[in-house]
Amino acid sequence: MNTNPACTAFQIHASDNVATLLCEASEGSAVAIAGSSNEIALAAREKVGMGHKIALNRIDEGKPIYKYGVAIGMAIRQIEPGDWVHLHNCRSNFDERSGSLDLYTGVPKGAENE
Amino acid sequence: MNDRSWSGYLRKDGRKGIRNHLLVVYTVECASFVAQEIAKDEPDVHVIGFPGCYDNDYAFRLMLALSTHPNIGGVLCVGLGCEYTQPSRIAEVVLQSGRPAESFFIQEHGGTRSSIQLGKELLQSIRMKAKDRSVRVPMTWADLIIGSECGGSDGTSGLAGNPVVGRAFDRLVDLGGSAIFEEVVEMIGLRDVLVSRAASPSAAQQLAATYDKAASYCKAVRQYSVAPGNFAGGLTTIEEKSMGAFAKSGRKPIEGVLRVSEMPPHPGLWLLDSVPDSHFMQFGYTNPNDTEGIMDLISTGAQMVLFVTGRGSVIGSAVAPLIKVTGNERTYRNMTDDMDFNAGRILSGQLSLDQASVELMDLIADVASGQSSKPEKLGHREFFLMYKHQDSPSLEAGCRQ
Repeated sequence: MNTNPACTAFQIHASDNVATLLCEASEGSAVAIAGSSNEIALAAREKVGMGHKIALNRIDEGKPIYKYGVAIGMAIRQIEPGDWVHLHNCRSNFDERSGSLDLYTGVPKGAENE
Repeated sequence: MNDRSWSGYLRKDGRKGIRNHLLVVYTVECASFVAQEIAKDEPDVHVIGFPGCYDNDYAFRLMLALSTHPNIGGVLCVGLGCEYTQPSRIAEVVLQSGRPAESFFIQEHGGTRSSIQLGKELLQSIRMKAKDRSVRVPMTWADLIIGSECGGSDGTSGLAGNPVVGRAFDRLVDLGGSAIFEEVVEMIGLRDVLVSRAASPSAAQQLAATYDKAASYCKAVRQYSVAPGNFAGGLTTIEEKSMGAFAKSGRKPIEGVLRVSEMPPHPGLWLLDSVPDSHFMQFGYTNPNDTEGIMDLISTGAQMVLFVTGRGSVIGSAVAPLIKVTGNERTYRNMTDDMDFNAGRILSGQLSLDQASVELMDLIADVASGQSSKPEKLGHREFFLMYKHQDSPSLEAGCRQ
């Protein structure tokens, strides 16, 4: 792990278990956490794009993802610190369609998705 | 910033405008080409209208509200001659509001060419009368109603773009003005957060009912207000987008819920319910695009709208200037001609949220004083209106006296 963070992620609320990247983090690169956190840095376990979320803690399957201090969805598999949190491991508690979208473009997959 | 004042246009109903535009209103799609041609090469003329032949209360109220909007000095209504919506009825309401107005049916005046010529002549006479009747008065923050909308949101919108608008809204409310936010379908998942912001028990009840209607709407039509570009920009769920969008509301108590074309009864922060009511034709669609929401906001009398876009958008607006705010520095650089305000500087640490909100308020005062916003400079004047069902306010509420 590169110990000199090239990128910052913003944690909005102290109870959040994700932070938002202010630039793109590459796999293995150090990410500084700004905002409400006491944590100084963690390593991105994979590429995480700007505006996307990085996990700050381990989040077990079925547990809420917190951002802004509110549950913005639920983990659909176990998430490790430094993981990219997005459509592949987080599902809306309201929108049934959110699990059926392309991970990178957000475009509906297949003709069955209206 | 607090003591800024500028010269506005006083209307007979006491409201003050920051522009003195003329409107050409078409009452069916069949008259829209002629309406657009009448307004061509006339920089002070905007075009609005309704595409349907069968009329719609919501659309009629909205056209009346925009035709008697404080930024409008006079109106020409053009119909084909077969449609339900009557141009003469709109002109009548505009005349009652103290503004010059004319109307005609194309079928009674020959075809395309002669109608365009007649329209141009009528427009010139309306313009002269509007000029004669225009009364300039000093205007300040307490005279402003400002709307807010977001579109093309990304991960920066909830961090910088929307919070800076929310902070500017806090300042506007402290200075006696009115601030209006909408996009109730982007509050899904936030029922408790929303209701806890109510200024009174009756406001709490209105907010809860408005939320419940929107939630049942989304469930019924399986349509949540989140789109591919949002996901690509880092937003994962509607709940996440909701929290980011809700940041536009700032931190002041919410006075209550307005319906489309209803003016705020007193200053402060208000939620606009633009979601269709349940109806025999089902709900219909809400938020088909950003321009539709912006028109609903302007129908409440908003003289200006703040539009937050992380990914970038190239729209403007008829009737009231749009100020475009982005929290994404890359978007600001790529679309400098279109973006009015770079809130991305908050994220890069160049200025605090508070400093940014003061700068945004100064820009609002500049645009209110007559400086063109970026979309105005580019000639943007987008308008969109389609069928929607909303029970109230009563039709008379659209005819502002």
